[in-house]
Amino acid sequence: MSGPALRLALEIDGDGAHPAAWRRAAHSPDQLLSPRRLARVAAAAENAGFTLLTLDDGALPPGAGPDVVGRIGAVERAAFIAASTSVVGIAPVVPPTYAEPFHVSSQLASLDHISAGRAGWVVSEETRPEAASVWGRPLVDGDAARARESRDGVEVVRDLWDSWEDDAVIRSVATSRYLDRDRLHYVDFTGDTYTVKGPAIVPRPPQGQLVVFGSPDRVPGDQLDVALVEGRDLAAVTASASAAGTPRTFAEVEIALDTADATAEERVADLEEHGSWSDRGRLRHIGSAAGLAALLGELRGVVDGVRLHPLVLDEDLPELSRLVLPHLFERRHAVRPLPGASLRTHLGLDRPANRYAAAAAQEDAR
Amino acid sequence: MTRTDPLDVPRPDARLHFGVFFQGVNHWTVWSDPASGSQIDPANFRRVAQTAERGLFDAFFLGEGLRLREVDGQIHDLDVAGRPDAITQLAALAAVTDRIGLVSTSNTTFNEAPDLARRLSGLDLLSEGRAGWNVVTTDNAWTGANFRRGGYLDHADRYRRAEEFLTVARAIWDSWEDAAVSDSADAPSWAAPGAVRQVRHQGPQFDVDLAPTLPRSAQGHPVIFQAGDSGEGRDFAARNADVIFSAHGNDFDDALAFADDLRRRLRAVGRPEDDLRILPGTEIIIGATEEEALEKKRWIRLQQVTPATALGIAGLLWGIDLSGRDADGPLPKEDPVAAENDGSFGARRIADPRQVVAEWREKADANRWSLRETVIALGPQRGHVGTPEGLADKFAHFVRHGAVDGFNVTPYLIPDGLDDIVDHLVPALQERGVYRTDYTGTTLREHLDLREPLTHRTTTDRRRAG
Repeated sequence: MSGPALRLALEIDGDGAHPAAWRRAAHSPDQLLSPRRLARVAAAAENAGFTLLTLDDGALPPGAGPDVVGRIGAVERAAFIAASTSVVGIAPVVPPTYAEPFHVSSQLASLDHISAGRAGWVVSEETRPEAASVWGRPLVDGDAARARESRDGVEVVRDLWDSWEDDAVIRSVATSRYLDRDRLHYVDFTGDTYTVKGPAIVPRPPQGQLVVFGSPDRVPGDQLDVALVEGRDLAAVTASASAAGTPRTFAEVEIALDTADATAEERVADLEEHGSWSDRGRLRHIGSAAGLAALLGELRGVVDGVRLHPLVLDEDLPELSRLVLPHLFERRHAVRPLPGASLRTHLGLDRPANRYAAAAAQEDAR
Repeated sequence: MTRTDPLDVPRPDARLHFGVFFQGVNHWTVWSDPASGSQIDPANFRRVAQTAERGLFDAFFLGEGLRLREVDGQIHDLDVAGRPDAITQLAALAAVTDRIGLVSTSNTTFNEAPDLARRLSGLDLLSEGRAGWNVVTTDNAWTGANFRRGGYLDHADRYRRAEEFLTVARAIWDSWEDAAVSDSADAPSWAAPGAVRQVRHQGPQFDVDLAPTLPRSAQGHPVIFQAGDSGEGRDFAARNADVIFSAHGNDFDDALAFADDLRRRLRAVGRPEDDLRILPGTEIIIGATEEEALEKKRWIRLQQVTPATALGIAGLLWGIDLSGRDADGPLPKEDPVAAENDGSFGARRIADPRQVVAEWREKADANRWSLRETVIALGPQRGHVGTPEGLADKFAHFVRHGAVDGFNVTPYLIPDGLDDIVDHLVPALQERGVYRTDYTGTTLREHLDLREPLTHRTTTDRRRAG
C-alpha cells in the first residue's frame, strides 16, 4: 500500500511497555528515575528521528501489588525533556478524571512555552478506584462518567488556552498598560460537575492550542487533533481510523524486535516469566526490524502516524534507531521532524484561530 | 580591606544566602525599559537561573497566583502578568542547571496533597535534591471560581488545611525506605518487599489511602519555605518550615527583632533556634558611587510607579476609582471609602484607610509631594541601595549579628537585573568572608546548611541539636 509518509511517535514511560521491562534494562533499577537516564532516552529518540515522545502516567504506581515501580509525573518529565531536546515533540499523559482542569491547562500551556511549541497532550483516564483517594474526590464510576470528565476537562482546558489572545501583552509605555484587557477572556465554563471562570494565568501557548491526542471512544472527535486508534490487525485499525472523525489518526503498535543477543520471541518469553504483557487490543509486532518496517509501510495511507510501544526501551530503541527508522526515511515511508517547527507543523495541522478573538472580531464587524 | 573583626560578633562564621525571585505578577519589574525581555520566554528563565548559579545563589524561586488580578471587576492591566506553572517551569530548569535550588510557590488550598506531593517529589528527583516548596494558602472564593472545589476557606481553616496538607505530603515523602529500590535486575522485585508503606490518613481535610509512586531524593524531601507575618503565620513557620521569607530585611533593628521573635517561637516548639533560615525579600540597587546608586533608585522607582500605577495604588487605598486624575498633582480631596474584600486585587484589607490617608496627607503637605511622589515615598520601602563595598559591609553586619540569614532578591529587570549583583556584590561579600566561594554541596538542603527534614530526626538528633 502507498500513502503519505508516516509520523513516528514513541512511548518512553518507564523501561518499556512490559511490566517487567526493568529486568532487561541496560541500567540498574535504581537508575530508572534518574534525570540522566531520562535525558539519555529522550536524546536517543530525538536523534533517531521520532516526531513525538509520549510519557504515560497515573497517580498510582504502575504495576500492582508488592512489585511497585516508581514513576515521576509525566508533566514534570516532559518539561525536563523539553529543556534538554530541541526538535522532538513531547506529549505527557494527563488524565482529567479527577485533576483540576485549571492546573492541567496551566501545566500544559507552560510545557508548550518551555518547548517553543513542541507540546502535545495525551488525554487518558484514571480508571483505578483507589485514584479517587489521591484527589479526595468521590469515585468517578463507570465508562460514561469518566468520558464525561474527559470531555469537560478537554473543553475547559482548550477554552483556557484561548483565554489570552496571542497579542494580549501590549506593553504600552504611553498608557502604562502591560495588558490589553479586551484581549483577555473569561471562559465561564459550565460543565456537568463544575464551573471554571478564567482567564488562564499563562499566556496563550505558542501553538495556540497544544496537539490533543486521545481515544475517539472516550473524547468527542471534534475535541481531538489526533485519534489514537487500536485494533489487533490491519483491517481493525483501518476501520477504527476511518471512523475516528479527527484531523489525524495514529495507530498504536506494540513491538518487540530481534536483537543480536536474543530473538524477539525469546525476549518476550523471558519477561513473561515475571508477569504478563497484557493484550490491550493493539497491533503487536514481535520479530525482525525488517518485518516491522514492512508493517509500518502498510500502515501508510491507513493512518497518519504510529505510536510505538517497545517491549524494553534499552533493547528496542537501538534497533529502531539503527534499522527501522533509517529504512523508513530512505524510502520516504516516514519523515523526520524539522528543526524550528512546531509539533502542529510536524503533523500538518494549522495553528488554530483563537475562539474568543474570532468572536470579538465578528462582534466588531457588526 | 574593610573586614571587621569577626570575633566581636555573635555569628563570626555566618554566611549570607541568596535566592532570586523571578517575580511574575507585579509592578516592580521595569517592563518599559528597552532592556526588559519577555516574562514568559523560557530563555529568560534560564538566563536568570544560570546567572544566579554563576553567583553561587542557593535558590531560584517562582511565585504563584491562581487568578488574574482584578480591580472593580476588571482585569488589572498595569502590571506584569502571565507566567508559567511553577513546578513545570522548574522541572525544565532542572535540566539546564546543576546546583541551584528550585523553589515552587504552590497553594495548599486549591491543590490536593497527594498530587502536589508527587509533583514536588518529581522535581526533587529530576533536580537530584534541589527542590523547595514555598507553602502558601488562599482564603477567597474569588480564586476558587477557577477550581472544581470552588469554595472558600476562612483564615483559620486555610492554615489548618495547610498543616494537614503538609502532614500528608511528608507521610508520602517518607513512605519509601531509603535505598528501597533494588540495584540489581535479578532482585525479586523492583523495590524491596515492604520498603514502600501505604499512606493512610484520615482528617478533616484529607482522607487518603494510597501507595505513593516515588522514592526519596538526595535531600530526603523538598525544603519547606513559608512566608507569613501574622503571629499565626510565624507559628506555622516555627512548627513546619526550613526557611521563612519575611518583609523584615531593610532595617537592622526591625530585622533583628523579627529574627529574635522567630527564635523564641522555635524554642517554644522544641526546635533549635538556628533551625530556620530567615530570608527577607529585597531589591538590591547598585551603583559605582552612593550618588549613582541613589540616582538609579530614583529612576527605577519612577519606572515602577508610573502615573497610572500611582493612581491605581492610591485608588486602592481610597477605595475610589482615581484613573484619569493628575498623578503629579496633589492628593485627592475625598475621604477614603472602606472597600469590601472579595479577594480580588482591588479590594485588599486596609484596616483603617482614613488613618492611612491622614498620614499621607500630613507627609505630602510637609514635603510638598505630589500624589505620585507620595506613593513612591510612603509605599513599601523595599531594598538596599549602595555601592558593592557599602552593601557588602552592611550585609555582613546583618548576617553576623543574626538579623537575617540572607536575602531573596527580586531583580527589577528581566533577564539581566541580577548581573551587577553577581558580578560586583558577590565578590565584595566573598572578600569579607560572608559568602561562599564555591558550592560545597549538591542539594538545596546542603546549600542552606539545614539539618535533616523534620520527620527524619531521631531522638538523638533532637537531643544533640537542642
